[in-house]
Amino acid sequence: MPSVVDILQILGETVRAVLPIASVLIVFQLFVLRGTLPNAKRLLLGFTFVLAGLVLFLMGLELAVFPVGKTMAAQLTAPEFLGADAEGSLAAAAPWTFVWVYAFAFAIGFSTTIAEPALIAVALKAEQLSAGAINAWGLRIAVALGVAIGVSLGAFRIVIGVPLHYFIMGGYVVVVVQTLFAPKLIVPLAYDSGGVTTSTVTVPLVAALGLGLAESLPGRSPLIDGFGLIAFASLFPIITVMAYAQASEWRAVRNRSRSARSGTERNG
Amino acid sequence: MREEDPTATVTWLRSLLRLVSESTRDLAPIVLVIALFQLIVLRQPFPDLGTALVGLALVLLGLALFVRGLDLGLFPLGESMAHAFARKGSLGWLLAFSFALGAGTTVAEPALMAIAKEASEAAAQAGAIVDTDAAREHYALGLRLTVALAVGVGIVVGVWRILSGWPIHLMIAGGYLFVVILTAFAPEEIIGIAYDSGGITTSTITVPLVTALGVGLASSVEGRNPVSDGFGLIAFASLTPMIFVMLYGMLI
Repeated sequence: MPSVVDILQILGETVRAVLPIASVLIVFQLFVLRGTLPNAKRLLLGFTFVLAGLVLFLMGLELAVFPVGKTMAAQLTAPEFLGADAEGSLAAAAPWTFVWVYAFAFAIGFSTTIAEPALIAVALKAEQLSAGAINAWGLRIAVALGVAIGVSLGAFRIVIGVPLHYFIMGGYVVVVVQTLFAPKLIVPLAYDSGGVTTSTVTVPLVAALGLGLAESLPGRSPLIDGFGLIAFASLFPIITVMAYAQASEWRAVRNRSRSARSGTERNG
Repeated sequence: MREEDPTATVTWLRSLLRLVSESTRDLAPIVLVIALFQLIVLRQPFPDLGTALVGLALVLLGLALFVRGLDLGLFPLGESMAHAFARKGSLGWLLAFSFALGAGTTVAEPALMAIAKEASEAAAQAGAIVDTDAAREHYALGLRLTVALAVGVGIVVGVWRILSGWPIHLMIAGGYLFVVILTAFAPEEIIGIAYDSGGITTSTITVPLVTALGVGLASSVEGRNPVSDGFGLIAFASLTPMIFVMLYGMLI
């Protein structure tokens, strides 16, 4: 159970993270814009909700998800679980020994992204603005799939030890090519989804997985090879969101031509 | 007024209930994944089930409150400030505000502090800096300030793009190209940290606020579409830290 000290600590951390934003907003509102805010009471209530929500959310994660997730990441990457030989050496292990690690990386990447508050915020806004043309739930699933693919591929990279930048550069090439073909409306949103995905929920769990993996592999430094998973998790959503947009566009075009065809048949 | 209160409370309760049920749907995958791996793959009994359930209830309530608060507070605030800046017509103040918003929110970001600390240990291990507490703290602080500066510049560039209407894909592709070129020259131990720092910087409160700023600007500038022009600020804020951190690694 959380003690009062724990709760105060999380509250303090959240307030400290919010304080600079609040002061920037207040300073500019009072001294530069010199205006009063409309609905000041409502805004204050909303800010309180956001703060309280975030504190409860983080507290709950700290209690329910982080300890279990981190223990599991450690257990899945422990040499004993991976079937190391008597000396506990993994030197001769083939990349497919780690198949459960990749599966876990995929699953945890997907599920944490679905629950990511920042992504929920952006998806809601996108649906609202596009008058439903962009579906919030579809967008979130596309982003979550991207993070899932990214994290499992990142785990695979740590195992095989190929330099990070080859993968990232390859990903950039895919993004640039996709940009040429994707519907123009989705491009900025897709680019945004890379940075949005990795905050409160995903980062601690993914970082624990990378660190555990790099620790149990011989010749990998946790400090150097443990980094880079976040980079994968921010790159692949860009790809999947553009792919999702393209797929929806194709489906819309096909449906339109099909209904047009059936329309002519009925008329003829 | 008095007679309306009960219905208002019922509506309010109903909307909160809907939000909680939506949060349940959002969290179901995490619960499923952990239960599945715990019981089937690792075959371990669930540790501390009671605590985990309490935690889960807190997460549900927290998520529901957060989403409700966004609509009440953060979104309207960001958008009304964007409109006010557009009305005022002062480019200098708008860009100063964008920079302050980006840099100010990043300096205090907890995830960045954690990563900067780990990065300073990596650098000390690789021999890039002297392995003393003072040197490591200095390095970590330098890294945080670098990332904060980068996010500030990123938001400014993004806001400038919304105003000028420059094509985002050319700017981002150009940025990527620069990242690729810098990678060839940057010291190896900084590359992973630099790539990661792009994703970490934008926190849960910054994202909605920055999104509202972009969308508000795009809807108050003539000839801009809120969807295709309003988004994209986060993209710049995730790109510039990669460039700046690699430059930092080369200079140190």
